[in-house]
Amino acid sequence: MDFTERKDITLPTTTKQKNDCFHCGSTCFSDDFVFDGRSFCCDGCKLVYEILNNNGLCDYYNIQKHPGLAQIKSIRNGKYGYLDEDTISQKLFKFSDGKNAIVTLYIPGVHCSSCMWLLENLHRINTGIIDSRLNFSAKEVTVHFHQEKISLRSVVELLTTIGYEPYISLEDSGSSNPPKFSKQKIYKLGVAGFCFGNIMMMSFPEYLAHHGTIEHQYAGLFRILNLILSIPVFFYSASEFFVSAWAGLKQKMLNIDAPIVLALVITYARSIYEIFSGLGGGYLDSMSGIVFFMLVGRVVQERAYKSLSFHRDYKSYFPIAVSVITSEGVVSKMLADLKTNDVVCVHHEEIIPADAILLNGKARIDYSFVTGETEPVHVPEGAMLYAGGKQNGEQITIQITKPVAGSYLTSLWNHRAFKTDKASKNIRESVVHTLSTYFTYILLALAAVTALYWALHDPSKILPSVSAMLIVACPCALLLAASYTNSNLLRIFSNNGLFMRDASVIEQFSKVNHIIFDKTGTITQGVELVQNSGKSMNLDECRWVYNIVKSSIHPMSRAMAEHLGLQKSQNVEKWQEVVSQGVSGVVEGNEIRVGNIQFIGAVAGQKHSNFYVRINDKICGFSVLPHLREGVSATISSLQQQYKLSLLSGDNDKQRKALQLYFTDDRTLLFNQQPADKLAYVEKCQKEGDNVLMLGDGLNDAGALQQSNVGITLADDINNFTPGCDAILDAKKIAVFPSLCKLARSSGRMINFAFVVSILYNLIGLTISVQAKMSPMIAAILMPLSTLTIVLISTGLSAFVAKRFGLKI
Amino acid sequence: MSALYILIIASIVVAAGFLVAFIWSVKSNQYEDREGAAMRMLYDNEISKPYTESKFFKPQIDE
Repeated sequence: MDFTERKDITLPTTTKQKNDCFHCGSTCFSDDFVFDGRSFCCDGCKLVYEILNNNGLCDYYNIQKHPGLAQIKSIRNGKYGYLDEDTISQKLFKFSDGKNAIVTLYIPGVHCSSCMWLLENLHRINTGIIDSRLNFSAKEVTVHFHQEKISLRSVVELLTTIGYEPYISLEDSGSSNPPKFSKQKIYKLGVAGFCFGNIMMMSFPEYLAHHGTIEHQYAGLFRILNLILSIPVFFYSASEFFVSAWAGLKQKMLNIDAPIVLALVITYARSIYEIFSGLGGGYLDSMSGIVFFMLVGRVVQERAYKSLSFHRDYKSYFPIAVSVITSEGVVSKMLADLKTNDVVCVHHEEIIPADAILLNGKARIDYSFVTGETEPVHVPEGAMLYAGGKQNGEQITIQITKPVAGSYLTSLWNHRAFKTDKASKNIRESVVHTLSTYFTYILLALAAVTALYWALHDPSKILPSVSAMLIVACPCALLLAASYTNSNLLRIFSNNGLFMRDASVIEQFSKVNHIIFDKTGTITQGVELVQNSGKSMNLDECRWVYNIVKSSIHPMSRAMAEHLGLQKSQNVEKWQEVVSQGVSGVVEGNEIRVGNIQFIGAVAGQKHSNFYVRINDKICGFSVLPHLREGVSATISSLQQQYKLSLLSGDNDKQRKALQLYFTDDRTLLFNQQPADKLAYVEKCQKEGDNVLMLGDGLNDAGALQQSNVGITLADDINNFTPGCDAILDAKKIAVFPSLCKLARSSGRMINFAFVVSILYNLIGLTISVQAKMSPMIAAILMPLSTLTIVLISTGLSAFVAKRFGLKI
Repeated sequence: MSALYILIIASIVVAAGFLVAFIWSVKSNQYEDREGAAMRMLYDNEISKPYTESKFFKPQIDE
């Protein structure tokens, strides 16, 4: 497609986009921000447009309609000051020689082809940037720049100004990153596939020809070539199994890889013996086939979700550096270097790095993420502030009283729940693991019996029958059953918005019988205003109030504007906003004040509300209630039938009444729960024999998420910060959560069914081989046939079941 | 029938060529970003004119 053609068609006209921001597409609440005849929702969006326009980059708007991100926030001078510190920037650089530097930044906001175009044209905005390249799937932009012309800080500020704020965390960029999807495995798979294909091709004449009809010279050639091709399969591709089986043996355990290795070694030895003694072609085709299919199974099961992180702790939520006030002025200090008694500046929307005392400023701290309380807390000077809270409003200065790691919230991470490795614990408990131990012992016993039998009847058949048995009884079909079912389930889950860390989570999920919900952020989202005092407002009054609040970006004003809905614009006189008090103005001669009780000057005796509106003499009070997420009530009532449900909230019990409608058992509704209480509750339930699934969202749930059998984080934007967990659920998909639970419940049965089928195949093979009748041809038919059946059964069955539950396949 | 020898060797060599190509494509990160390349090829390098005449631009950073 010629790109230039699209320009004329998609160039938006100003009349069409009257109410939508030209940059980000959100509704314009006012017409104050007009530039070039195009309207914008805020100054930020307008500014981005101006930058792009001045640099000839407006093609950005031709590639996608409204490609931008809403720019309500603007960057505070000095926010990225810490990037000037060498110790920090060196950690972020991929390469730097003092002149040129390469840095890779994670940009959560990347979402469309316009983003890519713009981020790859950064050199046109600043000549210091040599080039930039975006990895779209990973949302990472790699910028190569001249360090003399532009600093890392300016690069980051530039990205932020044009609307692509990078997410910078030393933890994510450091070596502690979980290992990326291993390429080694792919190479091994490629080699195994190549050898398997060729060995199969050259084995065909042997299957088809009756004894002696194939010309002798060719038979020899094919066998030798097969042998050569099998060397990389056995020594390179299969090395995974050897390593894992050996690791198991060293710990005096027989894991599932042990019988596989046994089968591989015996097949290989017997094949070499047969080829060199001229007895036959051996079983090299089956052996390489096993290796190939097993590797495929493992690779698909390791489906990696790029740009999703399941291992974050509080460090990635906290800032990298903070502004410390010293005798030499304000300096950036890395979080780890922060000491007790340091005096720190905390700006609007910044996070308190460690427990501290408020020295001065108006603190209005939002602890919702760390404790689950919905309402921000006003803290008087001299009082304690806890790490993790977010300041809303003006700049405050605080004095650190405890080091970062010893703070109230972060000490949660010292709990023993965080010391166990959940992934390996899951594997130890898995069905495949237990089964494999029995399997190996039974197999060895059977081999011994067969050997004994033939020793009494016909000693010459001991070796052929025992070796054939060990080859045929390779548990590969068993393993394939589990890995293909799991990989297909992982895919179905992710198509429906549930992203799991790895396949071992599915098995744990299937055993769950108790679901615990967090309240704030999980089953509630944002706030809604409910009028709780005064007469309700009429249509005119709604319009007046709307015109007062529309230009204010305070969260309460925004909530109010949303509550009232879009209204006609009117002229406002004497509009003014008093920080953290309220807004006022005159519309059509009516004096309107919106804000807190002091601001509107209400008389005493008024019923307590969070927020007031005064229209001339009429006073309306509003209370702020958490807004129940869409689909949550249906989800809870349908889960109620099959699971025990509990609710743990860090918030007060204002909403107990409303929630009792959904949770039938009142004893499981727990309020005022601290993060450690939540963890303890999960532990208590587990002691009572429950398998617990925790559904939470914030840092306050981190302990419970870690302790539970399955910890699922609910995220509005799956690329945003999520605490460490087993799976991430897209908040928009909460309505399908019951179906996902049902699917997980049936996963065990699906795997069992595939197991039974694969055991049937093993039995057929065993019957033939204990009678010493196994031939390469039967092995060559049985092996691919069993694999094929298993793959078809496991993928087909899981897709069928998912469809029945109304899930996307 | 000796043609068979040559054919077999040739077929293995060709297949090995594909194997090398596969390993090379993985090694050179071609599977790292499977969506990006498809978008990138559509962009042309011509510089479009500004929508309006340029004003001097200064990043606006407020305190």
